[in-house]
Amino acid sequence: MSPESISKRTPLYDLHVELGGKMVDFAGWEMPVQYPMGIMGEHNQCREAAAVFDVSHMGQVELHGVNVAAALETLVPASIVPLADGRARYTFFTNEQGGIMDDLIVANAGDHLFVVVNASMRDQDIGHMRDNLIGVEVVELTDRALVAVQGPKAVDVVGALCPAVVDLKFMETVVADIMGASCRISRLGYTGEDGYEVSMPESRAVEITRAFLDHPDCAPAGLGARDSLRLEAGLCLYGNDIDNDTSPIEAQLNWAIQKRRREEGGFPGAARIQQELADGPSRKLVGIKPDGRAPARAHVEVQTLDGRHVGEITSGGFGATVGAPVAMGYVSASAAEVGTKVNLIIRGKAQPATITALPFVQQNYKR
Amino acid sequence: MTIYYSEDHEWLNVEGDIGILGITAHAAEQLGEVVFVEQKDVDDDFEQGDEIGVIESVKAASEIFAPVDCEVIEINEDLEGNPGKLNESPESDGWIYKLKISDPTQLENLMDEAAYKELIG
Repeated sequence: MSPESISKRTPLYDLHVELGGKMVDFAGWEMPVQYPMGIMGEHNQCREAAAVFDVSHMGQVELHGVNVAAALETLVPASIVPLADGRARYTFFTNEQGGIMDDLIVANAGDHLFVVVNASMRDQDIGHMRDNLIGVEVVELTDRALVAVQGPKAVDVVGALCPAVVDLKFMETVVADIMGASCRISRLGYTGEDGYEVSMPESRAVEITRAFLDHPDCAPAGLGARDSLRLEAGLCLYGNDIDNDTSPIEAQLNWAIQKRRREEGGFPGAARIQQELADGPSRKLVGIKPDGRAPARAHVEVQTLDGRHVGEITSGGFGATVGAPVAMGYVSASAAEVGTKVNLIIRGKAQPATITALPFVQQNYKR
Repeated sequence: MTIYYSEDHEWLNVEGDIGILGITAHAAEQLGEVVFVEQKDVDDDFEQGDEIGVIESVKAASEIFAPVDCEVIEINEDLEGNPGKLNESPESDGWIYKLKISDPTQLENLMDEAAYKELIG
């Protein structure tokens, strides 16, 4: 076994094992896919109360420099320069063809930008920023854990330890102490629920996470529940629903490209993206709800009722809150209208399904 | 009545030339919560090793294989509305098929309980 193939562990690894987490390899990290409660139970725990997710495998990066926001705008199509101190924004690195290299969260942390990127892409992204952000110091934080507390009771769980977070609004971020440790607490997440992501010193991560879990409304949840929660919430998973070949307009992420950037361009792949904004994309990412009970998973073919190929599922599974299978995928613009009936080819058999508006469940953000 | 086990983590409870087929508690535990079971139709014939259905859990799809040459004579219709029975009682109420065994000599290739327990450690 080569050293590269040995999975990395987060500061919470021993805690996951102690809590009965079933550990699997994810993007080179040993992460809990579920705990004894089970994926459906953990999913419901997050929708109904609060769940704790270890997301320490994601890359946390600080960008320092005089014109750091303007520099970052050369790599992403979001408007970063006007982002107010203490505000965060969802965006993506685009490539020259207008595809998506990764999606990320950028926060204005006052004297620097704080960026969180996907675990599987952190080496690529950090190299990309170091190569292309002239005059910017790219600092990867390797001594910080990242813990998400998500769900309608997340405000009680985190607020009990840090009252300053109660008044934060969705996509706001603040530095505050939790149990005497300086943490960056951001009101956001990837479950469709209200909640926080807490960047904390790794040396205190177990202690703080235990304190979250000590709250009666809180329980640990793994990658399985994280996937079904984000799918129901209509949130894209990098590598499944968006990648180097999909444009943000195809992925229906138009909302994440602010007006000035649409007009001015100035980011990689702007030509394709501006053209798709003007003319509409040839294919669109849509919600797809199987009419029956069989889940449709990634790579299942989507056909018209008369058997013509119109697309492919990119994420699919069972939506515990919906109580039925749910999926998303790309279909030709002609088949993308909500209500369109299609067939999904599951194990060689055509199963009826309906194009559905995303998200499948209402997002409950604290606006 | 003898219970046989397969390397595919299925059990087959045999009486004469009739067998009731299900998945083991170990398999159900590994699969996670079952959300859908795709079953073949009554009267369908299969050879040993054929895929005879699919179990969809919250994690993944897993095939069910025919442990011996057989004909489906009954399916557990309760699983359609209540696939979670495979998790609750995989070795009783969560049975999947009643099969007519075409060649009982193939049973010799299956395991007894002790051998299966050794397999799963």
